[in-house]
Amino acid sequence: MSTLANILIDGVAYGMVLFVIAVGLSVTLGLMRFVNLSHGAFAMVGGYCAALLTREAQWSFWGAVPVAILATALLGAVLEVLVLRHLYRRKELDQVLFTIGLSFLLIAGTNALVGPQVQLIPLPPVLAGSVDLGFRTLPAQRLLVIGAGLAVAAAAAWTVTRTRFGVWLRAAVDHAGTASALGIPIRTVQCVSFAAGAALAGFGGILGAELMPLEPYYALKYLVLVLVVVAVGGMGSIAGSLAAAVLLGVIETASKYLASDWGNLFFFLAMAALLAWRPNGLLKR
Amino acid sequence: MPISRRALASAALVATASFLTVANAQAQTIKVGIVGPFSGPFAHYGTLFKAGAEAYVASQGGKLAGKTVEFIYRDTGGPNPAQTKTLVQELIVKDKVDYLGGFVFTPNAMAVAPLIQQSQTPTVIFNAATSSITEKSEYFVRTSYTLWQVTVPVAQWAAKQGMKKVVTAVTDYGPGIDAEAAFKSEFAKQGGTVVESIRMPLTTTDFGPFVQRIRASGAQAVYAFLPGGPPNLGFVKAYNENGLAKAGIQFLGTAETDEFDLQKFGDAALGLTTAFHYSGAHDSPANKKFVAALKQRDPNAVANYASVGAWDGMYVIHKMIEATGGQRDGAKAIAAARALQWESPRGPVRIDPKTRHIVQNVYLRKVERVGEMLVNKEVQSFGPQADHGLDK
Repeated sequence: MSTLANILIDGVAYGMVLFVIAVGLSVTLGLMRFVNLSHGAFAMVGGYCAALLTREAQWSFWGAVPVAILATALLGAVLEVLVLRHLYRRKELDQVLFTIGLSFLLIAGTNALVGPQVQLIPLPPVLAGSVDLGFRTLPAQRLLVIGAGLAVAAAAAWTVTRTRFGVWLRAAVDHAGTASALGIPIRTVQCVSFAAGAALAGFGGILGAELMPLEPYYALKYLVLVLVVVAVGGMGSIAGSLAAAVLLGVIETASKYLASDWGNLFFFLAMAALLAWRPNGLLKR
Repeated sequence: MPISRRALASAALVATASFLTVANAQAQTIKVGIVGPFSGPFAHYGTLFKAGAEAYVASQGGKLAGKTVEFIYRDTGGPNPAQTKTLVQELIVKDKVDYLGGFVFTPNAMAVAPLIQQSQTPTVIFNAATSSITEKSEYFVRTSYTLWQVTVPVAQWAAKQGMKKVVTAVTDYGPGIDAEAAFKSEFAKQGGTVVESIRMPLTTTDFGPFVQRIRASGAQAVYAFLPGGPPNLGFVKAYNENGLAKAGIQFLGTAETDEFDLQKFGDAALGLTTAFHYSGAHDSPANKKFVAALKQRDPNAVANYASVGAWDGMYVIHKMIEATGGQRDGAKAIAAARALQWESPRGPVRIDPKTRHIVQNVYLRKVERVGEMLVNKEVQSFGPQADHGLDK
């Protein structure tokens, strides 16, 4: 009984970490259909900004996080305007090659500027402790991740389905020519969406850093996990990504409690089974 | 057309002369090939090898036994036996190195054994820590440590503290399994029980579930082995966040509190107990000299097991050059290395004549804060330890 409760608690907490790391990609890859393998690199940039601002510049955590997210968004916007927009109409292979190259560039840059050591983001006292759940404890930071993950999921889903900007975005992705003819400013929409995706990546990099510590190879190390979440969740479905992340998180955690000698087998087995069952996404028939 | 006698004679003269200059030049400079990762995720090892080796030569006034030393660095990236073999073959055949040093990963070191055996090239291992490597060629000497060497004393210590039940939690790959076997066999010999052996996948990021299992097992301590960097950090964080330290479950480790990442742990590291052969805070004149030389060579270099392994490795090469007078004589060099005994930055050490592995003190350390910095404070010495992995 207590094992089951442990699996659910740890599983949901881990799943939410997966979700906050993946949600940026479900915007750029899922909604914009841009094969963005530099997602991990953007997450890394966000995380490093937060780590350097809090540690080196002695900012408070709550001040550093929004600034780090904005900085990542700005980097995303600049790259989009200068380079990435030329890739939207290119083949997927071109997009893959370019974005993976961009990742390597950012890895080498980070390594040269900050060094190969692991970077930690110092947490404020409120988050650094543990919360007593009666029969066990849970790191307080995990509660923030769960709350923030749900808020981001709700906000993103609302923006895409209920606002004018969401309508523009879907129109611009589905048929750029028609959307443009109808007077939708598609360049602005694309640029803002990509910047938002980068901002969410940075956000995930910061909140996920407790489990996936920042180091130069961060950009590629966790890419597979993130791609799995987006693929199982379904292209462009934020709610699907959330469901996939939590489900996979619980499965992975259960295997750690019950059958850790099998390594990551059950995680990938679950991925294969879910993709076979719902190839278009967990919540789409 | 017959070749004139004069032409023949002058040709012979030229050939002899050039042969002599080559022989001369070889006697003047000693070439040492350093093989390690200089790029990729493990590049810091290469940087530390380079800093440690060059700092040693600089501390001897730039020459070893009156000979100039030329370092040739070769990059293996990560664990890559095939490429390492090619690089070492090139070093031996093309660059004609007199000595080899370095090697971070066991498979890389294993792969070059036949090459150094055939070419009789003395090779000093600065890091790779699997016991059986030195058995693969009689030209291997090792100045690092083995997992058995540091794990057996910590198992004995745990038993002496009255611990009866311990959990092992190791990363599920070669060295982790080695560490688990070492702890289990010694702890059982001392009358204790390993109540659960947890093997954690190499890609684990969330250590919470494993730490909960350790807590639920009712053990008094956890013996952990994790590779450096993120996994290490993640495990220690989970250990603290889930209140294991408060519940009185002691942390026992080896290289987990390595100086390279130690400052990043913050207060989470305070009080962690490890058994290891070198602490950057070892209090001795030899260590102070080493740390000063290292900082002078490279201000960013960290005094840890990798840089001290390179420093002591160069000491062994220095003595081998001395014994052979700079001539190429692998057998004589190794014979000299077998008898070495000296004061290393880590304390008194010697080379075991039988296994060619370093015999050294292993210390019990606790992480403490000294000023701004976290250090591994040595609280007890277990005395000289041989490689228990080969003695078994």
